[in-house]
Amino acid sequence: MYRYDEFDQAFVRQRVAQFRDQVNRRLAGELSEDEFKPLRLMNGLYLQLHAYMLRVAIPYGVLSAAQLRQLAFIARRYDRGYGHFTTRQNIQYNWIRLDETVEILEALAEVEMHALQTSGNCIRNTTADPYAGVAADEIEDPRVWCEIIRQWSSLHPEFSFLPRKFKIAVSGAAQDRAAVKFHDIGLYLRRNAEGEVGFEVLVGGGQGRTPVVAETVRDFLPKRHLLSYLEAILRVYNLLGRRDNIYKARIKILVQSIGIAEFARLVEAEWAQMDGSSLDLPEEEVARIQAYFAPPDYPAAPEVDLAAQRRAEPAFDRWLAANVARHRVPGYAIVTLSLKPTGGIPGDATAEQMERVADLAERYGLGEIRTTHAQNLVLPDVRRADLQALWRELETAGLAAPNIGLAGDIIACPGLDYCSLANARSIPVAQDISRRLGDPERQRLLGPLQIKISGCINACGHHHAGHIGILGVDKRGEEFYQVTLGGSGEEDAAIGGILGRAFSAEEIGPAVEALVDTYLELRADEGEPFLQAYRRLGDAPFKEKLYGTA
Amino acid sequence: MTQQVVSANRLADGRVVYLAAEGGWTRELAAARRADGKEAGAALLAEAEAGVRRCEVVAPTLVELQEEAAETPGELPGLRRLRERIRDRGPTRETGRLLTEKPAATAAAGGL
Repeated sequence: MYRYDEFDQAFVRQRVAQFRDQVNRRLAGELSEDEFKPLRLMNGLYLQLHAYMLRVAIPYGVLSAAQLRQLAFIARRYDRGYGHFTTRQNIQYNWIRLDETVEILEALAEVEMHALQTSGNCIRNTTADPYAGVAADEIEDPRVWCEIIRQWSSLHPEFSFLPRKFKIAVSGAAQDRAAVKFHDIGLYLRRNAEGEVGFEVLVGGGQGRTPVVAETVRDFLPKRHLLSYLEAILRVYNLLGRRDNIYKARIKILVQSIGIAEFARLVEAEWAQMDGSSLDLPEEEVARIQAYFAPPDYPAAPEVDLAAQRRAEPAFDRWLAANVARHRVPGYAIVTLSLKPTGGIPGDATAEQMERVADLAERYGLGEIRTTHAQNLVLPDVRRADLQALWRELETAGLAAPNIGLAGDIIACPGLDYCSLANARSIPVAQDISRRLGDPERQRLLGPLQIKISGCINACGHHHAGHIGILGVDKRGEEFYQVTLGGSGEEDAAIGGILGRAFSAEEIGPAVEALVDTYLELRADEGEPFLQAYRRLGDAPFKEKLYGTA
Repeated sequence: MTQQVVSANRLADGRVVYLAAEGGWTRELAAARRADGKEAGAALLAEAEAGVRRCEVVAPTLVELQEEAAETPGELPGLRRLRERIRDRGPTRETGRLLTEKPAATAAAGGL
């Protein structure tokens, strides 16, 4: 993984020192809240319902064991013993004191981390396929380009005050595990007819109150031009994006208003007149960054008769089927650790769990951990021969729920339990549904099913992209939940459609169960997943079940 | 007439506080000063603004109490809005309460 050089180290330390001064001035009354707020937000510090919330950047979701231990230390020392992994592959702490924030930033800097650009109208943490570098279906490792984007976008003077926040995602695999099409800019590494690898560039995706699936602005961009092309897109957005209305300020609104063809023309015109050579990275610089992500020397891994182990232990079999993915190196596997125990809080991990995962990453992997936008953790390099031993350890740590991609793998934002923007609670709804659908055998029978819950229209819980999406709304002071069906955040990205009237807090759990039962009754066979069945059947049978009318 | 109290977040640690009957700020809703009606509420809020100037609190705001009387004479009725009850009592995940449990309408401290 990438290691800070002297520049990175000095830069982060300098920012901590600046923030120390800003906090001191705020506490002394030399800065008003209006003056201080943009400064704290630039350092990822929000004021939420109960306390300050610190959002820490995990660049493209990659962590070392040492970094995860430090996150555990922060959870224990400065929070209430846990952290919340987010849908942007970051971690949030919900019980932070302002007067301890600088100490936390110092602790982060010790392990090459920070909270910069996790808020504000700037380019946020670039997200990536959590299987980057190890996926069997990958063309090329996207982390190299994520790191290049990170360095280019950090405190970029031209793009620090954009019309609105700006999110980029990169994937190098056939399967989209990064919700690329729901980003302001989405990048797929593709191979063209000549066999060269470059980027398909998509623009204008997003969720929130106006969900849009990104459209392709350029089919193939040679890799060396990435930064100049990104800069051209951002310049067009910076110039034409609306600043008069926060709800119409994202790039998706601009793209929708002028059309993708006109937007592409403007970008190409801007790009043509730019001095691309001053931005395009020299090959040696790309090679320098590539070296950080060079595949390790995988020791030869002995094969193991997993089939026999699976037959002997059905619970291991279920976990293997749901939580383990194929690695590009024979003898190894990618393991996803579920942060969704039945009845648990999606994305939460205790300090003890974080430390345990760090230990396991060193013992059973190569010391690296990934975070996923689905709020889970990944050990990317586990020997297949160690899978059963690892599973036993995860069982004792409460991290072996066999539900990745299944009904229990619910995405949920913090909702009204923490968030000052929320209208309704998400966590108790997720807990309720998780308990209703939590039986591992039932989840296996149901097959792939993504349930995503947001506590307000900002859609941090990705409800628009849920096979079953749930949006919390406030109706005259009471929580209600609107159901959408048919969304997807993957390569077949789609926005879920609203099914009908919203349900009360008491009704929403049974309603989801009724949807699931309807699917089981009507699916063509066990091989037809929920989303496919919904696309074949349409809304009608689900409406009939929930509302008694199609 | 709806009664109100002033709530804010403490500057140094962000914790929820109320303008206290005894002056200053309190973590206890039961110790909050109440205002009856619009004018009294505005006066209470104006007083709270002094706490902002003294760097004690951030974002003071008037929050309404439930119209039903408290079960115990002398105690405050609960907070009207769910958001304020959660601010007062903490996340529902921490209380272990089920979603289907209704808030106690007259709980002394606005319990969920």
